[in-house]
Amino acid sequence: MSTPFRTAEGGRIDRATTLQFTFDGRSLTGHPGDTLASALLASGQHQVATSIRLGRPRGISAAWAEDPGGLVQVEEPFPEPMLLASTVELFDGLVAHGLPGQGRLADVPDSARYDAVHHHVDVLVVGAGPAGLVAALGAARAGARVALVDEQSEAGGSLLSGTDRVDGVPALDWVADAVAELARHPEVLHLQRTTAFGVYDDGFVLALERRTDHLGAAAPRRVSRQRVWRIRARSIVVATGAHERPVVFADNDRPGIMLARAARTFLHRYGVLPGREAVVFTTNDSAYDAALDLARAGVQVQAVVDARPAGSPQRRAECERAGIRVLSGSVVTGTEGVERITSALVAPFTDGEVGAASVIPCDVLLVSGGWNPAVHLFSQARGRLRYDEVLGAFVPGEELDGLAVAGSAAGVLDLAGCLADGQRVVRAALSALAIVPAADDRLPSAPEPVVPAAPLVLWRVPDTSEAHARTQFVDLQRDATVADIARAVGAGLRSIEHVKRYTTIGTAHDQGKTSGVLTSGITAELLGIPVQDTGTTTFRPPYTPVAFAALAGRDRGRLFDPERVTALHDWHVAAGAVFEDVGQWKRPRYYPQPGEDMETAVLRECAAARTGVGIIDGSTLGKIDVQGPDAAVLLDRLYTNMMSSLKVGAVRYGVMCGVDGMVIDDGTVLRLAEDRFLVLTTTGGAAKVLDWMEEWVQTEWPDLRVHCTSVTEQWATFPVVGPRSRDVVGTLFPDVDVSTEAFPFMTWRDTALDGVPVRLARISFSGELAFEVHVSPWYAVAVWQRLLEAGRPYGITPYGTETMHVLRAEKGYPIIGQDTDGTVTPHDLGMAWAVSKKKPDFIGKRSFARPANQDPRRKQLVGLLPVDRHTLLPEGSQIVEFVADGELPPPPVPMLGHVTSSYRSAELARPFALALVKGGRERVGDTVHVPVNGTLVPVEVTGSVLVDPEGARRDG
Amino acid sequence: MQLIACPWCGPREEVEFTYGGQAHVPYPDDPAALSDEQWAHYVFFRDNTKGRFAERWNHSAGCRRWFNAVRDTTSYRFQRVYRVDDPKPVTP
Repeated sequence: MSTPFRTAEGGRIDRATTLQFTFDGRSLTGHPGDTLASALLASGQHQVATSIRLGRPRGISAAWAEDPGGLVQVEEPFPEPMLLASTVELFDGLVAHGLPGQGRLADVPDSARYDAVHHHVDVLVVGAGPAGLVAALGAARAGARVALVDEQSEAGGSLLSGTDRVDGVPALDWVADAVAELARHPEVLHLQRTTAFGVYDDGFVLALERRTDHLGAAAPRRVSRQRVWRIRARSIVVATGAHERPVVFADNDRPGIMLARAARTFLHRYGVLPGREAVVFTTNDSAYDAALDLARAGVQVQAVVDARPAGSPQRRAECERAGIRVLSGSVVTGTEGVERITSALVAPFTDGEVGAASVIPCDVLLVSGGWNPAVHLFSQARGRLRYDEVLGAFVPGEELDGLAVAGSAAGVLDLAGCLADGQRVVRAALSALAIVPAADDRLPSAPEPVVPAAPLVLWRVPDTSEAHARTQFVDLQRDATVADIARAVGAGLRSIEHVKRYTTIGTAHDQGKTSGVLTSGITAELLGIPVQDTGTTTFRPPYTPVAFAALAGRDRGRLFDPERVTALHDWHVAAGAVFEDVGQWKRPRYYPQPGEDMETAVLRECAAARTGVGIIDGSTLGKIDVQGPDAAVLLDRLYTNMMSSLKVGAVRYGVMCGVDGMVIDDGTVLRLAEDRFLVLTTTGGAAKVLDWMEEWVQTEWPDLRVHCTSVTEQWATFPVVGPRSRDVVGTLFPDVDVSTEAFPFMTWRDTALDGVPVRLARISFSGELAFEVHVSPWYAVAVWQRLLEAGRPYGITPYGTETMHVLRAEKGYPIIGQDTDGTVTPHDLGMAWAVSKKKPDFIGKRSFARPANQDPRRKQLVGLLPVDRHTLLPEGSQIVEFVADGELPPPPVPMLGHVTSSYRSAELARPFALALVKGGRERVGDTVHVPVNGTLVPVEVTGSVLVDPEGARRDG
Repeated sequence: MQLIACPWCGPREEVEFTYGGQAHVPYPDDPAALSDEQWAHYVFFRDNTKGRFAERWNHSAGCRRWFNAVRDTTSYRFQRVYRVDDPKPVTP
């Protein structure tokens, strides 16, 4: 494929290597160093897409992230929407197409890796242009720890777009030396292709490094594709340069219309001519460089159209020497062409009046309306902006602690000035950090700048035609025009934030990089107020779009949240367990045998525990070792019942409440010694309960001599449950007398198995005779297997959490957080017996006396039995009451409460549920109704204990 | 993301900390002696200050110690941190 617009020589591209790519189905070629945009322009293609609302042709209008025109979707090697042709580096095999404003997400998973790195520096310099390089060098030479990040593929910033000289050599030679010097400093991190996209509190900056995007299919898979750098900087130097600003005129959106600097970039960096016949429209001196450079490169520059009455006498002379016509006091009022500009309409412009237009043929129109310093990061740091009337731009308007702006980003537009500003700013930053600049930190020299003629601030070319206003595009990405701003102002909007939201200007992919300040200017003009009074809209992160995949980094899939597994996990997996997540724990839910579904497996497991023996891995139970002379005092204050009276060797069930009297956790407490307790909490409540203990000990009772330590992971716990559990435990631990008399309910004993210490506790969460076996997790598998062996003659059956839930629910034991919701007191649960009347105070006690907590209509835990003996009530179902037999009260139907737990019971041979019901204990024996799939199911209210209410089974 | 100066660990990332509400709201000496209204004020009522506010923080993913801080609720900036047993600083 031919590249007729490629220059014969020059540019930062590798002409010896040719890359093949496909755009909109056409096979094209380019070189390493190209962007998709420069390669398209080399082939003569300006148009990339059509616009989102109006379907107008749109093309490449800038050479980097400020381009509102060149939106593309990459299809190969991996689909990614909403990229800019100007920022996609070319690689072999790239397949892309233009986007009319909206992309399409990939429908296959992204197989690339993304990651994040934390980094801490003294000085972070954002931007490796002239100011940024000088700043980074100054900080590095002073011995500071430095990070320099820059979003381009190579350092140099604006120097990549021109022909400047620094220190008497071509500027890019100086850049290469600077980069090499930085690389020699061990404390300098220099990252290219890295965009600092957000500034947050206390010097925290997020930067996105594109590590392998530019390699296409050749990207090594082991290297992350993109990396988020989380940089904490003591001082930040923002040297992000400036964006050229367009001028708005009718039909200013045609392909072939681009910013003047962009044309220089395409020429000098990529060796590409933007066209053959150019018109340059400017309000300032900078665009003359583009005209002169293009003319030297062989482009026919038809005219420089300078809106200033006198133009620039000096630049005019240069143009005359180059044979370029300068039309000062003139403006472009419109353009012609269909898919590409074919001519510019140029008219005299005197005292704000536009005269009759004449037609100048051209295939490219370069525009410069001045420069907008890239103040985004400064503004994100809540820096106030100030309107500079001379520049016609918003510049940093105050000093911030820890963040300073240097070079063009601060409004300094000449090279020598930028170099000097970089040094001045970094020295101030170093001084604030008490770092002394190095003696050999020399300021590089640049030619003394020629004082430019004053720029003219022109937001848009005056035009009285309403039809023209509708093609005077302000935000090309939103197809928003001067007419839209006029409509917003006409609707009474005054705030620039309101105008933005009314017109949608600045809300697209580019976030208003070229359109934002124009909107402020045009709005001010329409309102007849100074621009500084409209201000700008708020700059927010990210500066450029960041993929969610990059932000997620490694925190996806299995690494999204840590997984906690017990010492027996591999055994559970081998046994075919189906797991459920309990907090971060993976717990076996049930162990299906061939042909079983959950229901049949759970009925089998339940039956084993009720009639034979079952065993469960309860290692996830929270365990807290509470030690110290005042351990009993602490527990007395935190539990509703008395713990200080517990004897060593005994176990007590306890309930814990908040100061509001609501239950926050429950569990059993083992007294290990006079000054030592082992507190067992719920699996989900372990961390919370430890936090709760620490909070009271540290903030209210620092005088208590007590320490609380999590030992959840230090003990594997296996409840052996069922009428035959005594046989199993007695067989395996012959040293222990397991009779009820010698080892009564709610006591514990220490023993050993082959020299391994084991603790046994008679605790039951099922109502059956049960022994909890506690052992170090190092021996968990061995002890578990020994228990299974000992239990084989009795048909010992491992069971999971589902069976555990059924067994406990049949006994009316609540799960805190499932049967309670933070509005439930121990009395509501029918646990007044667990609330001490002797203790003068404990956390929650005073709240029990509040009238609201004594209301007999409070919701109370009860059992529900569906009358049809068949329906399984969905958990969360509402409970309603008929007013007359078979008749609901008029809507809204009052709700009595809800179902909190619901299971099928092997023991009862019917489904049952637990529920919180208003005045529930008073309703025992009543029939209420539960809507299930549109049908009202009658259920009988019962006490909460449905199996063995006398407690006859706990001793076997 | 802010840095919060833990009195024991020094400046650490905000995500390491949890907020504990208003500081200097001591557990009453004798809850039983309080009226329901007084008790409700202890349990449920907290100031909602605009400006400097003394509050409790816990370095929950660090040293796990509780401490107090004066923070400006409009700027989020911490003015100072101090130990739980230090007296409440005089705030304007």
